[in-house]
Amino acid sequence: MGKRSAKGWLYLLPAILFLGFFLVYPLVDVFVYSFEESYNFASQTYAGVGTFNYSYILRDPYFLQAIKNTFILVIITVPVSTGLALVISLALNSIERLRRLFQTVYFLPYVTNTLAVGLVFMILFQRTPYTDGFVNLMLSWFGAGPVDFIDGPYAAKMFVLCLYTVWIVLPFKILILTSALASVSKDYYNAARIDNTPPFRVFRKITLPMISPSIVYLVITGFIGAFKAYSDAVALFGTNLNAAGMNTIVGYVYDMLYGSSGGYPSYASAAAIVLFVIVLTITVINLLVSRKHVHYNS
Amino acid sequence: MKVSVRDLTKIFPARGRKKGEDVVAAGHVSFEIEDGELIGLLGPSGCGKSTILNLLCGLLQPTEGRIFFGEEDVTDLPAEQRGVGMVFQNYALYPHLTVMQNIMFPLQNFKGDRKLSREEIKKRTDEAARLVQIDGLMDRKPAELSGGQQQRVAIARALVKMPRILLMDEPLSNLDARLRLQTREEIRRIQRETGITTVFVTHDQDEAMSISDRIIVMQSGVVNQIGKPQEVYDSPANLFVAKFLGNPQINTFRGAVRGGEVYVGGDCILPADGIPDGEVIVGVRPEGLIPAPDGALGCRLRGVEVMGRDISVLAEHDASEAATVRSIVSAENIAMLGGGTVRFDIKPGKAFVFAADTGLRLDGRRADG
Ligand SMILES: Nc1ncnc2c1ncn2[C@@H]1O[C@H](COP(=O)(O)OP(=O)(O)OP(=O)(O)O)[C@@H](O)[C@H]1O
Ligand SMILES: [Mg+2]
Repeated sequence: MGKRSAKGWLYLLPAILFLGFFLVYPLVDVFVYSFEESYNFASQTYAGVGTFNYSYILRDPYFLQAIKNTFILVIITVPVSTGLALVISLALNSIERLRRLFQTVYFLPYVTNTLAVGLVFMILFQRTPYTDGFVNLMLSWFGAGPVDFIDGPYAAKMFVLCLYTVWIVLPFKILILTSALASVSKDYYNAARIDNTPPFRVFRKITLPMISPSIVYLVITGFIGAFKAYSDAVALFGTNLNAAGMNTIVGYVYDMLYGSSGGYPSYASAAAIVLFVIVLTITVINLLVSRKHVHYNS
Repeated sequence: MKVSVRDLTKIFPARGRKKGEDVVAAGHVSFEIEDGELIGLLGPSGCGKSTILNLLCGLLQPTEGRIFFGEEDVTDLPAEQRGVGMVFQNYALYPHLTVMQNIMFPLQNFKGDRKLSREEIKKRTDEAARLVQIDGLMDRKPAELSGGQQQRVAIARALVKMPRILLMDEPLSNLDARLRLQTREEIRRIQRETGITTVFVTHDQDEAMSISDRIIVMQSGVVNQIGKPQEVYDSPANLFVAKFLGNPQINTFRGAVRGGEVYVGGDCILPADGIPDGEVIVGVRPEGLIPAPDGALGCRLRGVEVMGRDISVLAEHDASEAATVRSIVSAENIAMLGGGTVRFDIKPGKAFVFAADTGLRLDGRRADG
């Protein structure tokens, strides 16, 4: 090792130490905990080493429910929010007047606090002794009976959670896609126009490939974000998510650590590792699939 | 396809609420292009060349005036239906598609009874590729091609659909000098082979002169002169055209017409048939100044410059608009140069007289243009 590279390492040292302490060490530690049976924080002791934690959580109905909820949330919200954001961005891109205004309006939810938004959703959807909520009021105009979205059937609760999640992630996606669309050179559209290209073909053969890197970025971060969902569910259904049947994987991890039934770091670690493996797998699949279809400008 | 442009005007309104100046990018432009002709649209940057081209292809709508393809009035026809081929200044090749996919793109848009079979598309794509000699590069992406190759792909894409007319916006401006020479010959060859009426925009007078059947010289949105390159060179309609064509540039002198003679400084250099007395600008092409012991125009000698086969005699004159007066001569005339002054004979047909105020040509020699 030359003098130069020694100097280089020296410069890197603070960053490496920082990342090591706060990123790598906890990761490894969680991995280790997940194989230690009945680990106890206070006494720093454990009963044995093995896969017991995994077999426990995989048989825990709360965990299975959390996995089911998370997967439904991911599978519905990622395509819906990305598709919706694309449609809105295309519309924004095609108007001249008031574009700035609409862009601002669409971006507002992004700078709004999650819990505040949750409160608004509660007002819209929750039934109280005094009112059925705003959405039920509208439903009644069409002759549909009142539905309890917060405390009622699973499908109704899932619907609200998905709607809420889509609404929360939409602005960021619109922001990314409108700037991606705006950066596609007008020359390509002029060339396509002169060659009498039908609008849908322009979209499929020019627009979509040109913005495909942004779409892939949004899908991957969307998957990761949705898998890590937690605060959205809390905002809507309160902290006792297991009881509401609306827990997510991250929610389960949290409950295992600190919840009313908490104090089980081993189970929490195992659940966290399961989540990690799921997210890693999905991301790798995403990257492999996209590599074939994405055009990166080099 | 014959193209007629009548009284075409394009005005870009001033921006914003402030009452600024409207931009007249094209003002009452009229010209006719014969079937199969290659027309060079020539002028300095910002004179409205691209604007004219975009009006022809329909990407811009004129403020006034009409455009005809043959007998058909296409002024209100959208760009999609004009059936023109266009080579953009930066080529605008689709970067994610291969060369082959780029070239066949326009063919795949054909609908109804023009719709082509798969084999037909393949055949015509191959033909176009062979015409521009890129048939060996069909599977590459545009980023993997040189500038000249990209340009040929752009031409193939514009030609493949057999356009009624072909428009090229400074297609050679991104190429280096040698490739530019080579490619302009290529464009000439392809245009001859296909016989497609072509408008070629450039700000390079050499380029326009060398490949065009006729050139249109523009300045600030207005057509100054239309004609065969040699005719325009030999008989410029005004001072701007005289200065814009020719390399090295024409020599210009402040002069005056007195009693049927043209004077520069104290020297009487030309007869002034029928030009009224007054201030004029005299333009003399460098090859029109011939050193001679008893020549009409006397200048102070500055030096001699040898560039390849050309020999330039550099001189100064108080009435000259430029700092240097340049004469291009053959080697044998050089020997007789000596001393502080040099006298030049003025070759007839290489000297023009322009009005000092309007720049319009005054001597009667100019052909119709
Ligand atoms: N969209 C527009 N809005 C306002 N003015 C414009 C617009 N497009 C062009 N112009 C103006 O019209 C004039 C002619 O522009 P044009 O692009 O036709 O020039 P050009 O001859 O092609 O120049 P170059 O050789 O630099 O390409 C210029 O003064 C330009 O500033
Ligand atoms: Mg231009």
